[in-house]
Amino acid sequence: MNMMSEAAVEKALDQKMNDASYKMIGKDVSVYYGEKRALFDVNLNVRENTVTALIGPSGCGKSTFLRCLNRMNDTIENCRVTGRITLDTDDIYDQNIDVVELRARVGMVFQKPNPFPKSIYENISYGPRIHGLARNKTDMDQIVEASLQRAGLWTEVKDRLHESGTGLSGGQQQRLCIARAVAVSPEVILMDEPCSALDPIATAKVEELIHELRANYTIVIVTHSMQQAARVSQRTAMFHLGQLVEENDTDKMFTNPDDQRTQDYIMGRFG
Amino acid sequence: MTDVVSPVSGIPKAKSGRRDIGIKRRYAAERRFRTYGIAALSFGIIFLMILLWSVVSKGYTAFQQTMITIPVEFSEQVIDPQNERATNPQKLLTANYPVVARNSLAKALGVSVDDRVKIRAVGQLLSDGVRTQLRDMVVANPAIIGTTQNITLLAAGDIDSAFKGQINLSVAEENRKVSDLQVTWMNQLAETGVLAKHFNTGIFVNGASSRPEAAGVGVALIGSFYMMMIVLVLSLPIGVAASIYLEEFAPKNKFTDLIEVNINNLAAVPSIVYGLLGLAVFVNFMGLPRSASLVGGLVLTLMTLPTIIIATRAALKAVPPSIRAAALGLGASKMQTIFHHVLPLAMPGILTGTIIGLAHALGETAPLLLIGMVAFVANYPTTPLDPSTALPVQIYMWANEAERAFVERTSGAIIILLLFLIVMNVGAILLRRRFERRW
Repeated sequence: MNMMSEAAVEKALDQKMNDASYKMIGKDVSVYYGEKRALFDVNLNVRENTVTALIGPSGCGKSTFLRCLNRMNDTIENCRVTGRITLDTDDIYDQNIDVVELRARVGMVFQKPNPFPKSIYENISYGPRIHGLARNKTDMDQIVEASLQRAGLWTEVKDRLHESGTGLSGGQQQRLCIARAVAVSPEVILMDEPCSALDPIATAKVEELIHELRANYTIVIVTHSMQQAARVSQRTAMFHLGQLVEENDTDKMFTNPDDQRTQDYIMGRFG
Repeated sequence: MTDVVSPVSGIPKAKSGRRDIGIKRRYAAERRFRTYGIAALSFGIIFLMILLWSVVSKGYTAFQQTMITIPVEFSEQVIDPQNERATNPQKLLTANYPVVARNSLAKALGVSVDDRVKIRAVGQLLSDGVRTQLRDMVVANPAIIGTTQNITLLAAGDIDSAFKGQINLSVAEENRKVSDLQVTWMNQLAETGVLAKHFNTGIFVNGASSRPEAAGVGVALIGSFYMMMIVLVLSLPIGVAASIYLEEFAPKNKFTDLIEVNINNLAAVPSIVYGLLGLAVFVNFMGLPRSASLVGGLVLTLMTLPTIIIATRAALKAVPPSIRAAALGLGASKMQTIFHHVLPLAMPGILTGTIIGLAHALGETAPLLLIGMVAFVANYPTTPLDPSTALPVQIYMWANEAERAFVERTSGAIIILLLFLIVMNVGAILLRRRFERRW
């Protein structure tokens, strides 16, 4: 049954994608770090149940844009964001939006695996606990198991849930971080170069995981690896010098991009 | 196979033109540097050893005290000749107890009570502390009058010193504090086991006394304990809260920079200045009692705060930013991020800083001099508002005394202070280990 429905799910997802139901809409987004401007009027929309890859050379603003989506830039001193970003219909930079609630809806996975120096169980249960998602221990156990299963880590760690999360291998730690993000049931997951600190085998596992998560979540991923963008994403956005160069279907982007700069970057002529 | 001939031309290869960069010299410099390091370390260790040796060798005798155990006859003739104790309660308090002890000792030595010169010398064998010792016994149980009890009495400080061999007996008799006759008696009593050295509990429990044999650090210990508690209770929460605010919440501007510079400067302010501040603010302005451990604790709190704040801020800074990002990314508020993740990780550093600050405060003397804690306090302070003194101040006061027996007590008190410092530092290390295991 699973085998059969997979193709159907894929098709339904593609259908949904083409309907262009936007989960997040960025309009004229500019970011300033003090006097320095890092993003120039970016207009980029994120489609629901789609993996959107952000590519571009170092310092082009792709991570900055990603961090605007859950207001992680707020934690940086003198960082200023202008423009409008909406999640569904809510303006996330609105005065009335609670940043804590926003981050529960838009989760994040970082470049370096950063599990808390606590047990695996506590790593996963922390998010649900502060957001009050579990009523009792049984609920919490279920959330932990479901999250770890989603992240494909359950069979590897189920016998050592109470051992430290920092004792896992790099790839397992990163999947633990993904499970931790999944545990608060976000709508969007942001990933900032999630595989840059991992070996090829761990990378393959995480990519497979991203592929599976697409069914339930909207994913935005920043990557330096063109192959990775091609493998995991359906939409790709290319940034250069703080500007959005092109945003297109991944297939088209890698075969016949509209912009010469994209072509050059993908061919390895700069960056 | 050592083929240095070019296969093409057959001409020996020219030596590569590498510059002489003095590899030997570099190694020599490294060896020299290591030698300096080892020399510096050995120098330090030797001086530490000398210090410890001098303190311990002078001080260990302070933990033993010469005592005389004799049958004491509570003669009614001496204590209450007119038998008026039923009507006059003052009688038992003011009776001449040293004579009771002296007569009993004279009996043990076979000296006639009527020999005025000798009986005076016998009396000098005993500490004046027997007065309170016997009085307390009689007041507690008046029925004891008329009976004979075996009692261990304190020997006089000079006899104590002579028995421990600290008085040079080859000096002419009139130039020393114990006469030949007293030395003979002392040896006679020691042979029969009447006079012997016992463990000196008095040094731990007694208060101040002008008689070295009855003096102890009891009051100072209580005073120091009160002060440490006050310092801990006040400076840990205030210091940690201030550091968290400055490090995590305060905006970075000129004003907070100024505060930061001033905190660093305060850590370097001479401690006696804090004493002056405490005198002006706590004693003169707020009217808190002089010599009280409360004031001492407050002054030491002010002195310890910069140390704790600096250590805590360093510990908070050392927590990797990725942990904060992880917590914030999950939707934790700033408070939750700090209290659930950052603070537990910074705990070992905070505790170490706090205990080092406390140890520093425990050994501090100068500020206490100014708020009147250099005081002769014989009674235990029951509250932190009572007059009290502190361990280092007690050492300072004993060091000023002239009697030979105070020399060993000074070193003895230093040993006690050092033991407390060692215990606190070991505590710091253990706590650190315990919390670090969670990483």
